[in-house]
Amino acid sequence: MMKTMNSLRPVWHKAGQLCLAVSVSLGSGAAMAVGNLKGGPAVNQVDLHHPVTQIAMDQRTLHYGMLYTCLAIFIAVFGVMFYSIFKHRRSKGAKPANFHESTTVEILWTIVPFFIVIAMALPATKVVVAMKDTSAADLTIKATGYQWKWGYDYLKGEGEGIGFISTLDAGQREASDSGKPPPVDDYLLKVDNPLVVPVDKKIRIITTANDVIHAFMVPAFGIKQDALPGFVRDTWFRATETGDFYGQCAELCGKEHAYMPIHVKVLSAADYTAWAEAKKKELAAKADDPNKVWALPDLMARGQKVYSNCATCHGANGKGAGPVKPLDGSPVVLDADHARQVATVLNGIPPGMPSWKQLSDTDIAAVVTYTKNSWSNRTGQLVQPKDVAALRK
Amino acid sequence: MSAVLDPHGHVAGDHGDHAHDHPHGLRRWLFATNHKDIGTLYLLFSFTMLMIGGMLALLIRAELFQPGLQIVNPQLFNQLTTMHGLIMVFGAIMPAFVGFANWMIPLQIGAGDMAFARMNNFSFWLMIPAAIMLVGSFFMPGGAPAAGWTLYAPLTLQMGPSMDAGIFAMHILGASSIMGSINIIVTILNMRAPGMTLMKMPMFCWTWLITAYLLIAVMPVLAGAITMTLTDRHFGTSFFNPAGGGDPIMYQHIFWFFGHPDVYIMILPAFGIVSHVVPAFARKRLFGYTSMVYATASIAILSFIVWAHHMYATGMPVTGQLFFMYATMLISVPTGVKVFNWIATMWKGSITFETPMLFAVGFIFVFTMGGFTGLILSMAPIDIQLQDTYYVVAHFHYVLVAGSLYAMFAGVYFWLPKWTGVMYSEAYGKFHFWGSLITFNVTFFPMHFLGLAGMPRRYADYPMQFTDFNMIASIGAFGFGLMQVFFFLFVVLPCMRGKGEPAPQRPWDGAEGLEWEVASPAPFHTFETPPKLNLAANKIVG
Repeated sequence: MMKTMNSLRPVWHKAGQLCLAVSVSLGSGAAMAVGNLKGGPAVNQVDLHHPVTQIAMDQRTLHYGMLYTCLAIFIAVFGVMFYSIFKHRRSKGAKPANFHESTTVEILWTIVPFFIVIAMALPATKVVVAMKDTSAADLTIKATGYQWKWGYDYLKGEGEGIGFISTLDAGQREASDSGKPPPVDDYLLKVDNPLVVPVDKKIRIITTANDVIHAFMVPAFGIKQDALPGFVRDTWFRATETGDFYGQCAELCGKEHAYMPIHVKVLSAADYTAWAEAKKKELAAKADDPNKVWALPDLMARGQKVYSNCATCHGANGKGAGPVKPLDGSPVVLDADHARQVATVLNGIPPGMPSWKQLSDTDIAAVVTYTKNSWSNRTGQLVQPKDVAALRK
Repeated sequence: MSAVLDPHGHVAGDHGDHAHDHPHGLRRWLFATNHKDIGTLYLLFSFTMLMIGGMLALLIRAELFQPGLQIVNPQLFNQLTTMHGLIMVFGAIMPAFVGFANWMIPLQIGAGDMAFARMNNFSFWLMIPAAIMLVGSFFMPGGAPAAGWTLYAPLTLQMGPSMDAGIFAMHILGASSIMGSINIIVTILNMRAPGMTLMKMPMFCWTWLITAYLLIAVMPVLAGAITMTLTDRHFGTSFFNPAGGGDPIMYQHIFWFFGHPDVYIMILPAFGIVSHVVPAFARKRLFGYTSMVYATASIAILSFIVWAHHMYATGMPVTGQLFFMYATMLISVPTGVKVFNWIATMWKGSITFETPMLFAVGFIFVFTMGGFTGLILSMAPIDIQLQDTYYVVAHFHYVLVAGSLYAMFAGVYFWLPKWTGVMYSEAYGKFHFWGSLITFNVTFFPMHFLGLAGMPRRYADYPMQFTDFNMIASIGAFGFGLMQVFFFLFVVLPCMRGKGEPAPQRPWDGAEGLEWEVASPAPFHTFETPPKLNLAANKIVG
């Protein structure tokens, strides 16, 4: 059955192109300038993504199978109904018949759908079992959902020890607010650090979250796995093609839910090895000396960058908004004893203020120093990385 | 409505002037104990909520008309999607069916009124403060709840004070639903006219009897889930807060144990209405009455063991996914039986297409499309692609709008002559039907494509490639909204004001049942003494 479904694909695509033609005629000038994004959505795409894993391929086959089976039942059932609508109407002189029950017919139309459903469930069962088999992975990566970005940590396999945060391109986020985003193919899908994986290797993704539930989704791989705070779950994929593949967070996670995309770069084995080596060196070079004693201007410059995390809620002016407390003039920020402010940044204050313990000691020292010496706050106080380390539990 | 707005109306065949006596002014509505008045209040309330929820939906569609944020910020957008869902489910669809139940169940079973008239009043008036609190939450500090209508923890733990107002409102609405359900069950089981055995009872009463049991079973479950959310927020518990050892997935299990039967709470009474309209206009008895009753009961029972199909992406163990996949697919069997029975009812009938029939046939046709997408979504591997995308949005609007709402429109057009004593304009009714059918599909059909292409739901902004289908959907949505305003201004309002042709006692020659045995408009008091019924229990004899 599934084979015939695949052979029917051109029909489906024709139908899709027809819809596309209709909608393009309605479409805006801006959208016309946008092209298909390879590994991401195509313009007016009407079907699942082009599959690059066996699971995604199976999902597509199952979907075609279901689609055409349902279509056939739909046509059969409503063929009967429309026949009745046209033939058995009073205006055509139809006289009502008298029958109103038949046990045979009732049993028949209970049993037949039951067997159709079983026929549908069998192939699906195989795919479910394959989807859930996350054993024997070549590379294990932890994906952590943060409000609102993804953190990737390479736990096991080639590249072990690499870890970085992946955030939406700041320009695109601003473009969204402007109301007139320029027509680019990867709008809301461009990140600073894509997740990089090798081709043809079984990649196990362990998901978890820092604050609320997020979901890690890459349609081309056929994966979607909720990332739960306090719990780990896993999923896997084995990409058969190199290239860039895109997804987005698929579980409502608060204000910036639409702005935490996923970009997976699939490289050949050699390219991946080169990338992993380079990335490790880069991270080693970047690592801060935790005992370094910083001067105020350097720490302020560093802190301003880190503060972009805080500005989402507290505002660039530090004034806060609604339930979000202002930092400008806050007694906790102005206090000469840093302990309370550093602890707040490290541990958060549920439910509003998230914990930022994933930031390095230097970053936290920098951002706390920044808040102590910005806007109307002029304390001249300095917080050093070792102060943060002392307070970190 | 006009039946009871006009104290001097006198219709042949009632029990004299006494039948029309009723209190006047505000007291009549505030202290209403008459099932017809309370039914009217429920229906007007739910239509008001439909309009408010609809306006929120149009704001959402306006924002999504093109990429970029033009009208609302992302936080307000989340508030809009959340409140649209809560208002439509708890304020519009569920109370509307209670309104139908109040009006029609006593009339259909030959009872004088509902069993507990004062509790009936209470369960209606409870909804008003709840609705005010729910809608008013937009004006609280931090705005309305923005965690989605499913109120998933731990996002709810981050919400402002409006979340507590929302939880309180839901508690009150839940209490109201439970009271309404107790009333309906007791009325149906104890107050049927002599001779109306359960298996001779009209289908609408059957579907509501089963629905009422579902409501009593699951509303306390919802109350439990949101109470735990409340204590997590304020009283130091950690049911769902992982930081204290809680489990956010437990919330989803509890919520959907309520949520999935709730889906059937919103569709079973619709099945009941359609089971009256189709035979009336096919002029042929409902095919397979007994199997319809059994199918309804099977759907209700199965609805308790399918809840986790909303949670395939949470990472359930393989056996869990398989169990919920099989159970969900199984539900399509009794649902299919119902569709087959309706079509067999039409087969070799003598069909005419007045507006109620148009909506009933429209219901069968479009609801079935929603049923098929449901079957596709039940399959765990496909659902992994489609979960939390616009495909799901399309699916549940096909079953809730083209399902529940269309069935209610069929019911309104069908019984409006009985309620008001006035015939609606057939031309306006047909315009409303075709306008709604077309704009509905323009709105929601493209969402299937958006979902297949991977556009997540609850997104304030989206990649450029999704623009055209979003534009089409937005245009359709505004058209659909306008059609419902038209419905109120040109169909409901004239009938309520008594403008139009007077309705005969039996406006539909093929309709059977006790409601057609009383005058149009139905007198204020009916069946004060139990009527004597014929063998089929659908006519009064002697």
